[in-house]
Amino acid sequence: MSVEVAGTSRANPTDGPLKLAVPRGALLGSTLDVLDATGIDTAAVRGESRALIFPGAEITLVTMRPSDVPTYVEAGAADVGITGKDVLLEQADRLVYELLDLGYGRCRMVLAGRKGDERLGEAQRRLGMMRIATKYPRIAERHFEATGRQVEAIEVKGSVELAPLTGLADGIVDLVATGRTLEENDLEVREEIVECTARFVANRVAHKLRAEEIDALTARLKEATGG
Amino acid sequence: MIHPIPPGTRDILPDEMRELRRLHLALIEVFESRGYGEVATPAIEYDEVLARGDGRTADSAYRFFDESGDLLALRSDMTVPIARLVASRYASAEPPLRFCYLANAFRAVRPQRGQMREFAQAGVELIGAPAPEGTAEVVEVLEAALDGAGLDRAVIGLGDADLFRQLLTELGLEGEVRDTILERLATHDLVGLEDELSRAGIGDEQVATCVALSQLRGGREVLDEARALGGAAVERATARIGETFEALEARGVAERVRVDLGLLRDLGYYSGAILEVYDPALGHVLGGGGRYDGLLKRFGVDLPAAGFALYLERVHVAQMEEESRRESGR
Repeated sequence: MSVEVAGTSRANPTDGPLKLAVPRGALLGSTLDVLDATGIDTAAVRGESRALIFPGAEITLVTMRPSDVPTYVEAGAADVGITGKDVLLEQADRLVYELLDLGYGRCRMVLAGRKGDERLGEAQRRLGMMRIATKYPRIAERHFEATGRQVEAIEVKGSVELAPLTGLADGIVDLVATGRTLEENDLEVREEIVECTARFVANRVAHKLRAEEIDALTARLKEATGG
Repeated sequence: MIHPIPPGTRDILPDEMRELRRLHLALIEVFESRGYGEVATPAIEYDEVLARGDGRTADSAYRFFDESGDLLALRSDMTVPIARLVASRYASAEPPLRFCYLANAFRAVRPQRGQMREFAQAGVELIGAPAPEGTAEVVEVLEAALDGAGLDRAVIGLGDADLFRQLLTELGLEGEVRDTILERLATHDLVGLEDELSRAGIGDEQVATCVALSQLRGGREVLDEARALGGAAVERATARIGETFEALEARGVAERVRVDLGLLRDLGYYSGAILEVYDPALGHVLGGGGRYDGLLKRFGVDLPAAGFALYLERVHVAQMEEESRRESGR
């Protein structure tokens, strides 16, 4: 369990309108739809503006990469935020409160290998170790540790599908929504690790000091996502 | 030429040191004026002695052998060393005993997180004064310390460490399931908590009750809301918090205390009341504490105890933020 250590970030979490970290990328569309359904105006974010912060009377929207959301929320630079469970699992050591499963952005974290290719099993049997390329080294390591297998997790930043095709790795651990990318690259799912959806998270101090606002927003989001 | 120091440690230069010293003095003056005598203990102790305090979580990140082969450890807080000190030197003294400290403690850090390996804590220990009066006294000193530091917007969260432990026992949950649920509560992973509770097969109503309880925070009225959710464990915990709250009101220091039934602290030695301190200017917890009525017994002196510790550097940052806020008239 995490023991808190005296880190000090100088974010001002609790003055002014609630700051909500909004993930750009694949989760953005559904996130804005859900926010609209709760009555939060997202027109400015949907517009052409290249701004990153969109002030509102009740809530200020701060847009960022999904993987940055836990960082900003943990420090209190955003009071609350929305990001994928995959991000939260990969950054499990960030102290943020996970308040709600929003249900959208559903995808699976899987182990995939080349179709009809037994390299994964071969490597495991003859070398005692698989080489796995992934953008999620910690999730991958935890999964294989929990299932009693040894892996070398190779962290890559770009298209992970390239790794088994070029021989960099025996397989990949990656997030799959429709499976089309795997299919197009002649890869197939071998194991499902975990299912991921969008989650609503809160800063620890904001959760205490702005309890009413955060509870009200949680309830509205729950209603809007049919929870 | 640059000679590196380990990440998570730092040098303090005169401008900062001057301000920190002022804060040191203000806090120690508050503690001393309330009868808490300052003590210092060695930063290095026998690992075996520290582990007696809390084998599970207070174990130090830094252990080494001395020249005669004994295993030593750097302390990770001051509560355990002071329990050791009381047992060794004050075993026959008339309680209650009051001590304060300002000391550096050491914990492991995760890389690139801005966490400190070595950090200063200022706090008090009140030994031999049971709940609720002992707890109320500690909260009163904490309030005075926050005032002394100029943090007039700071808030103290008051919860109960035994609430969920007893509630889960009442629901017949034990072993690994119980530990997992407590961990979900401690990290406040509500989605995972609901999953685990559902899987434990205790019925939807009880699942909803547990989740709702963990979200109850606010004024004293949340105790009534909690009681309405039912159960003997809830009844006992709310009664304990209610008594503490009354004692605080009697001392006139309940105003900035918020009841928080979802509060759980990581350290294993807490029992009964637990405290956390927040300031609106900072996204991190300023400090915390509570009761640890079973800790002294592990050192052979069966006395109830309570205390708190503030992270000095964080209090300093909050002070700076509050100052600039006041200056800009926000």
